[in-house]
Amino acid sequence: MPSSSDFTRRDVLIVGAASVVATAAPNIAHGQVPASAAPIIAGAPVMSKVSLNVNGGIREVELDMRATLLDALRENLQLTGTKKGCDHGQCGACTVIVNGRRINSCLTLAVMHQGETITTIEGLGTPDNLHPMQAAFIKHDGYQCGYCTPGQICSAVAMLEEIKAGIPSHVSTDLTSAPQDTNEEYRERMSGNICRCGAYSNIVEAITEVAEGRA
Amino acid sequence: MKSFTYEKATSAADAAAAAARKEGTKFIAGGTNLLDLMKLEIETPTHLIDVNGLDLDKIEPTQDGGLRIGALVRNTDLAANERVRRDYGLLSRALLAGASGQLRNRATTAGNLLQRTRCPYFYDTNQRCNKRQPGSGCAAIGGINRQLAVVGASEACIATNPSDMAVAMRALDATVETVRPDGATRTIPIAEFHRLPGDTPHIETTLTAGELITAVTLPKPVGGKQIYRKVRDRASYAFALISVGAIVQPDGSGRVAVGGVAHKPWRVEAAEAEMPRGAQAVTERLLADAKPTEENGFKIPLVERTLGAVLTEARG
Ligand SMILES: Cc1cc2nc3c(=O)[nH]c(=O)nc-3n(C[C@H](O)[C@H](O)[C@H](O)COP(=O)(O)OP(=O)(O)OC[C@H]3O[C@@H](n4cnc5c(N)ncnc54)[C@H](O)[C@@H]3O)c2cc1C
Ligand code: SF4
Repeated sequence: MPSSSDFTRRDVLIVGAASVVATAAPNIAHGQVPASAAPIIAGAPVMSKVSLNVNGGIREVELDMRATLLDALRENLQLTGTKKGCDHGQCGACTVIVNGRRINSCLTLAVMHQGETITTIEGLGTPDNLHPMQAAFIKHDGYQCGYCTPGQICSAVAMLEEIKAGIPSHVSTDLTSAPQDTNEEYRERMSGNICRCGAYSNIVEAITEVAEGRA
Repeated sequence: MKSFTYEKATSAADAAAAAARKEGTKFIAGGTNLLDLMKLEIETPTHLIDVNGLDLDKIEPTQDGGLRIGALVRNTDLAANERVRRDYGLLSRALLAGASGQLRNRATTAGNLLQRTRCPYFYDTNQRCNKRQPGSGCAAIGGINRQLAVVGASEACIATNPSDMAVAMRALDATVETVRPDGATRTIPIAEFHRLPGDTPHIETTLTAGELITAVTLPKPVGGKQIYRKVRDRASYAFALISVGAIVQPDGSGRVAVGGVAHKPWRVEAAEAEMPRGAQAVTERLLADAKPTEENGFKIPLVERTLGAVLTEARG
């Protein structure tokens, strides 16, 4: 066991340097993940029950009030297809479809979704019966490491529905006419899903194939 | 995250009354800003009132030809609303320039108005920040402050308001409708809703304890070309360095509000008299009191050039 006297001059320098950095440069909360995310520990946890309609089945869970929908899916329901990336709504890895709409499951509490209908990647398709978007991602190599993929796929499926529903985007040229299925539209609308491997162009190809009904 | 208790609101007035009964209560709507800050223990409510079930999710015409937007209308639905797209294009454009598809599906009108600053020192709990911890100082002054305010700031705080939607609401002369814990209702003009930091940067709006936003109302449409131009470090999914929201009439007159430069959407009505004379004349009046830091002086010419581009687009 090291005692305090075991601290070398080098240790002191390292600690000193770390604290200098800490006072000079803040964790940028601007599209980057804060490094100082506090762990989930506090006073007495308040427990709660919630019933969710997940992938076609009613699931009752008892959980800490603080549990996000993401934590409930992963920790309580063992649906680990949905990923935790940044846990702050900045990366999109946690995207699921709630009552037909894509949302970041990390920025919402499970208890806020009592009785609601949730579709995760496991509910879109299975290895033997892939959803067309899953098949297209495989065909076009829309990933490398695969970590962001479930979020990309859930997001893409719901995104195509948003275009069909006539919801405009930042790049839609005319607000009063129906938005188009274009590469530019897909890229803008998928900007909430970050892929650190940079598989973006293949992701857009997969989406295009599904939109054109080729998949 | 600190532990909290939770209830679902049953009516707007009850929610306001309940909020005043328990100290440490916060409303939660989309949760996209509040939960982010609760995870970092920057916000530490002990009780949450979930307002999502309330009947505040409608967009309805008002008697004088305007539009009443419920506090819970999601940013996606507001941007996609037919009347908003036709008559208040500036609002659609500002909303669509913000956040991501997923976030806009959850984010609400009231929550968007009340989102807190993205000052990096506010987010980093190791840093001094008068907004997060009143009296602790401001690490941004003399720190990395490229993104922060150039006008209306104080010795205590140079943060900016990050909302795109609020810039459009300011140019459109919106009013905020609320209900207070005693059941009384009031309307607050958007110009008086957000505060400048002064020596109390932790007080960001003129809302009082427990006051619940029920709606935001737009006056009848003013026509004109409505343009929102946002300049940021990447093409999508980033907060504004600066943004310009403008309504330009055929005779060259109009309105301008600017985002990313101050603690509130920045609009100076007197500067709008200069609109027919062009971007430089407007910007000189609009940012006459600007005191940029060493790092963010670029925002002043950036506002002028962006406004110049907007005025050209409006003419074309
Ligand atoms: C990664 C990321 C990127 C983003 N990018 C942008 C961007 O580019 N531009 C932009 O404008 N925004 C951006 N946002 C912010 C986003 O717009 C806000 O988080 C959202 O609008 C907040 O709305 P909400 O309903 O989720 O609020 P909540 O998080 O639910 O609440 C926010 C605050 O409002 C209070 N509140 C909510 N409803 C009421 C009510 N009815 N009455 C009184 N108080 C109420 C809550 O108590 C809380 O204090 C981004 C957010 C994230 C996470
Ligand atoms: S600018 Fe405001 S928010 Fe940022 S550190 Fe200073 S006091 Fe805090």
